Amino acid sequence: MHPVIQVSAIRKTYGSTVAVDDVSFEVKDGEIFGLIGPNGAGKTTTMECIEGLRKRDRGTISVLGLDPFNDVYKLQERIGVQLQQAQLQKRIKVWEALDLWASLYHRNAIDGERLLEQLGLIGKRNAWFMTLSGGQKQRLFIALALINDPELVFLDELTTGLDPQARRAIWDLVRGIRERGKTVLLTTHLMEEAERLCDRVAIIEHGRIIDIDSPERLVKRHCPERTVVLATDDRSAAERFRAIPRVDEITCSGSQFTIRGSGDDLVTDVIHCLSENRTRVTDFRTILPNLEDVFLKLTGHPIRD
Amino acid sequence: MLRGLWKLTWIEIKIFLREPLGAIGTIGIPVLVFLVAGRMIGRRAALISPAASSFIGVGLPVLASVLIVIGAVLSLVTIISIYREGGILKRLRATPLRPQTILTAHVIVKLLLSAATLVLMVAAGKRYYPVGIHAPLAGFTMALLISTCSILSIGFLIASLVPTARFAQPIGAVIMYPMMAVSGLFAPVESLPLAAQAVAKVLPLTYAVSLLEGIWKGDAWWAHAHDLTALALTFIVCTALSAKVFRWE
Repeated sequence: MHPVIQVSAIRKTYGSTVAVDDVSFEVKDGEIFGLIGPNGAGKTTTMECIEGLRKRDRGTISVLGLDPFNDVYKLQERIGVQLQQAQLQKRIKVWEALDLWASLYHRNAIDGERLLEQLGLIGKRNAWFMTLSGGQKQRLFIALALINDPELVFLDELTTGLDPQARRAIWDLVRGIRERGKTVLLTTHLMEEAERLCDRVAIIEHGRIIDIDSPERLVKRHCPERTVVLATDDRSAAERFRAIPRVDEITCSGSQFTIRGSGDDLVTDVIHCLSENRTRVTDFRTILPNLEDVFLKLTGHPIRD
Repeated sequence: MLRGLWKLTWIEIKIFLREPLGAIGTIGIPVLVFLVAGRMIGRRAALISPAASSFIGVGLPVLASVLIVIGAVLSLVTIISIYREGGILKRLRATPLRPQTILTAHVIVKLLLSAATLVLMVAAGKRYYPVGIHAPLAGFTMALLISTCSILSIGFLIASLVPTARFAQPIGAVIMYPMMAVSGLFAPVESLPLAAQAVAKVLPLTYAVSLLEGIWKGDAWWAHAHDLTALALTFIVCTALSAKVFRWE
């Protein structure tokens, strides 16, 4: 199947600053694709080039078979966009915004009232934009991005500044967008968000893509480390743990042992060792690496605001 | 091409009316000031001196109109820059809405508000001011519409360029008010120093004032062909330039 978005070797500079450098990737039909990286990495610039809001200096982009910059009006009919830090008129009412947006598209808009209901905004339909909470504003922006029943939805730092509860509610909504058969391109600097939402992610830093894959495969590829933390009073256990293959390091403090090694078999091997020797264990947990660790490993520094 | 224009215009009118002091400040206060001044001097003006009477007969309607138009320009500049700074323009840009639709909507709102203010002034003031009896109101309205469009186009250009909302109002004022000084509103252009006359000749407001006064006094349109040309030229140049330099963010 032809990819919905095809970006190849794009570059964008602002003066002497290179914001995006040689970025290429494809987004497939029906997937949630995430551009992840710290603030200032070039995620938003990349996204805005794809939306047709910015002109790339070099490279080619095809979105739904269109060139986003030259065919921007044609493209805008078919996509839905949520921008980072966007605002509406302070005193525009929720239903007026939806009504205005619905009137802008040639294609038939979907039912705004139902959309408000699905997004939990129906009680706010007569409220002024300025009176909405951060989460409500974001939900309204999602509604505006969906009003023209787009084939492709762009979400830029959707949950930044929201509390954890609002964030979870928004994640559910985004999964709902995918279930409607739409393709989603999103940016985030929250690794948890990327892990929970995205089918595939591209890690961006300093305007370049470092790697692209599903979160699980990225973790597997770059961070094979596994850690088992357990507690036992059996002093002789340390010796036996050392005999387990691919164990790199064992530290012990009081009755707590931390076993570090690599490979998917590590956890099984530790359990095996414990049961073979009938070791009495009072605590057992594993620490698995996540995207955050992948980022740290690939860039040499943690991702942070 | 102007898809969404009427909806946007209607919403902008409603939003304007929801602003605290929006309608009162823009329409109410000018009408009130006009009334109070009228109560104090209106009917006696003709008795004071012929100059005062002539000011009320011709100067006043033109002065009032120009002040309202300038007020509209300044508020247009401010609104567009607030929309730009707040990311509202950027959000609108990511829809099929065109920039000219947004500007046109705001211009229509400003025209309607200016018209409402003027109509109320005329209605409220006719008890006190013996003006407008012989004035060609239809012609004057037409001349005012032409002048307003031309002067508002200067507003577009400023609005397209000013970097932040904080600067919008002062920059607008710095450009618009000195234009008034030499425009012939307060003293005839011929009575100004030569240098000021030269400046007046290149400023579009001078032509607007000349057109408005002339039509009010009953001049024929053809007598003001060069005013109309100057205003049309201003409109075309400013609109074309602002379309080129318009910044969404």
